[in-house]
Amino acid sequence: MTTRIGVVTFPGSLDDRDAQRAVRLAGAEPVALWHGDKDLHGVDGVVLPGGFSYGDYLRCGAISRFSPVMETIIAGAREGLPVLGICNGFQILCESHLLPGALTRNDHLHFICRDQRLRIENADTAWTGSYEAGQEIVVPLKNGEGGFVADERTLDMLEAEGRVVARYLEVNPNGSRRDIAGITNEAGNVVGLMPHPEHAVEPLTGPTTDGLGFFTSILKKLVNA
Amino acid sequence: MARVVVDVMLKPEILDPQGQAVQRALPRLGFTGIADVRQGKRFELEVEGPVDDAALARIREAAETFLANTVIEDFTVRVEDK
Repeated sequence: MTTRIGVVTFPGSLDDRDAQRAVRLAGAEPVALWHGDKDLHGVDGVVLPGGFSYGDYLRCGAISRFSPVMETIIAGAREGLPVLGICNGFQILCESHLLPGALTRNDHLHFICRDQRLRIENADTAWTGSYEAGQEIVVPLKNGEGGFVADERTLDMLEAEGRVVARYLEVNPNGSRRDIAGITNEAGNVVGLMPHPEHAVEPLTGPTTDGLGFFTSILKKLVNA
Repeated sequence: MARVVVDVMLKPEILDPQGQAVQRALPRLGFTGIADVRQGKRFELEVEGPVDDAALARIREAAETFLANTVIEDFTVRVEDK
């Protein structure tokens, strides 16, 4: 049976097509999900893509978090449904309280777009099993509100429980606390990531193909389950 | 109709780069003596019916779940005199 991964389109999503493409290149079947439709159409996992859902009004991800599809995704994620939130998707996961902390305005106030070196810190999540812990990858990063913040106690807890999934190397591009680029929930099925692995899946269009691992990871995880 | 104002501000410990940029721009424009600027959001809610304790409690709930992200923001709720 083919593994089916849903990719949600919100009004203002930008990277839903690239995420679908990455899912396909990894060998799974992408399924387009619509923000206004509660039905997940039986998918095995969900990607919340990047973009500016609802124009980033109020706060990034704050309105999307209450969309009909998110109601089902939040309930599913608590039961173990694998969910990967990229950029705006990460913001939505934090606003949904599926992940702790929040994403705030870059400390230097500029939108940033660069090829970013990362270190995969946790290779045991549903979305990072294709990597080795400590592996360095380069994928595009593009955000205006990508600064990860949380109180010291939450940061210490994330570190102690190995829930920092990826960390920025060389430069901290947005003021994220402790160079955090991505985190996971306690169960490891929900991962939020500020950089964009879905833009690094083909040599023609990406700086590398390092991002493909996030999508092959979920395939491997679901096939072995 | 009564107006209820919800003010949302970043918590003191959260960096406010927008406020800092405003603060740095002020002296260039000749507005000296301003040591710090914090930037926030103000919501004006026009409420149908009486603004009693129950109505205010609902507005506080709306502020807590939606208007503010209490991970990084504090809010205040007050009835505005007209």
